[in-house]
Amino acid sequence: MSLKTECKKLAAIVVVFVALCYLPVGIARFDNAIAESLQLAKWYAREHVLLCLVPAFFIAGGISIFVSQVSVMKYLGAKANKVLAYAVASVSGSILAVCSCTVLPLFAGIYKMGAGLGPAATFLYSGPAVNVLAIILTARILGVEIGIARAVGAIIFSIVIGLLMHLIYRRQELEKASAQMAMPEPDVRRAAWQNVMYFVAMVAILVFANWARSGDVRAVFLCCPGGLSSYRVEGTLIGQDNVQVKILDVSGKTHEIPADLIQQVEDIERSKLSDTLHRLRWAIVLMLLAVLALILRSWFAGAELIEWVQASWGFAKQMLPLLLLGVLAAGLLLGRPGPGHEGLIPAEWVNAAVGGNSIRANLFAAVAGALMYFATLTEVPILQGLIGAGMGKGPALALLLAGPALSLPNMLVIRSVMGTERTIVFVLLVIAMATISGIIFGVLF
Amino acid sequence: MKKIQILGPGCPKCSKLAEHARAAVEQLGDDFEIEKVTDISDIMKFGVMITPALAVDGEIKAVGKVPSADEIGQMLADS
Repeated sequence: MSLKTECKKLAAIVVVFVALCYLPVGIARFDNAIAESLQLAKWYAREHVLLCLVPAFFIAGGISIFVSQVSVMKYLGAKANKVLAYAVASVSGSILAVCSCTVLPLFAGIYKMGAGLGPAATFLYSGPAVNVLAIILTARILGVEIGIARAVGAIIFSIVIGLLMHLIYRRQELEKASAQMAMPEPDVRRAAWQNVMYFVAMVAILVFANWARSGDVRAVFLCCPGGLSSYRVEGTLIGQDNVQVKILDVSGKTHEIPADLIQQVEDIERSKLSDTLHRLRWAIVLMLLAVLALILRSWFAGAELIEWVQASWGFAKQMLPLLLLGVLAAGLLLGRPGPGHEGLIPAEWVNAAVGGNSIRANLFAAVAGALMYFATLTEVPILQGLIGAGMGKGPALALLLAGPALSLPNMLVIRSVMGTERTIVFVLLVIAMATISGIIFGVLF
Repeated sequence: MKKIQILGPGCPKCSKLAEHARAAVEQLGDDFEIEKVTDISDIMKFGVMITPALAVDGEIKAVGKVPSADEIGQMLADS
């Protein structure tokens, strides 16, 4: 028993009890924030874990086991066609960078041994943003249009950033590392179309299992009194008077919106096809599961299936605890979307910093995103909280584009690979691009 | 004495590879030293871009996957 470890334990106990003495229990804002945090976690568990995350983990596991990384990397090698290299680098993150910790070695490799600075910068920017798990969760929680904007924006702007980096530093030829790329042995066990069928079946299951009924009305309202950003809810109108509008949304949650915040309530034309698909979704999912089982039985070996399940379980084990912490923290600090669900941080602050779609709001979101570290997927609940508290859609996209690609710790690693000056130029380009895409998105939607 | 190097910036898979390597060394009972290489630039010197990777005496044996302890034992016996 060493004195030092015992003193540490004593210090820890003292800190915990002093904190408990001053715990702000009973203060309305604090109690409310705790309740919001638990409510948000409950909502995630009910609505998103089984239908969305579980299929998504299996898809990510499948990608990491069955897609040959070698076949992608040959387009990013030293002798690769330059135009093709940019195109491949901008989309390959969805295949190569399923886990964020794999992005940096790949980036360093493309820079030093492969296609060079431009494609490496393209890959570094788009990699975390086109990651399948992140896109699926973004589309599910924050809305399909922001999920698609995230993927498309990341792909387009990553190419622009890569080209700019290449142009700025075109005169400085880098001495290529003498090392040869060491690659895993490619093993071809199936035709490409068989792999494609397998992924199509899994993605279709994910899409149909989450097929939502369309609403009858859409309400557009301000996030909070004096707010700059508006917020949309679709669902069935269940009550409307001078005080508030009550809407039951498609996931079964009731929204009570104070009448003075309402900007507009409009009818939506119901799509027959969409409603039919919603009614038949379980039948469709069952059919697809049968197809998937047939594919697995006839084209895949038993050992591969065990590998696949292990990889999927690996992702689940790695990401679910972080996501749960992210959800609890987001709920505690920011509450849930809608009036009366505030967390510890007042909605007015969020609204003042990143409300609306001004250049300042977009820039603020981009800079904050670039400096902050987000564990994989946790950016989604945090953004959901921010949007609910009054963040505009433009700044939300700016944060999504600057956030996962950069953080203070990974800037240090990037600096060790390509030097201080290039890192600063890269960071500034990312912030500028994220700001611009945010503004464009904010204007369009 | 041979040197086993585990290449990886510290992701969960890298720790798992190190664990398997230790198990393999224990099974063989031979004299091996295990070293973790976590610096990206050092990893690049091996030409490895997909981590984790395993090298024996500076020679790359596995890239981008986590071989089982038995497979690692086989690699060590061959080298």
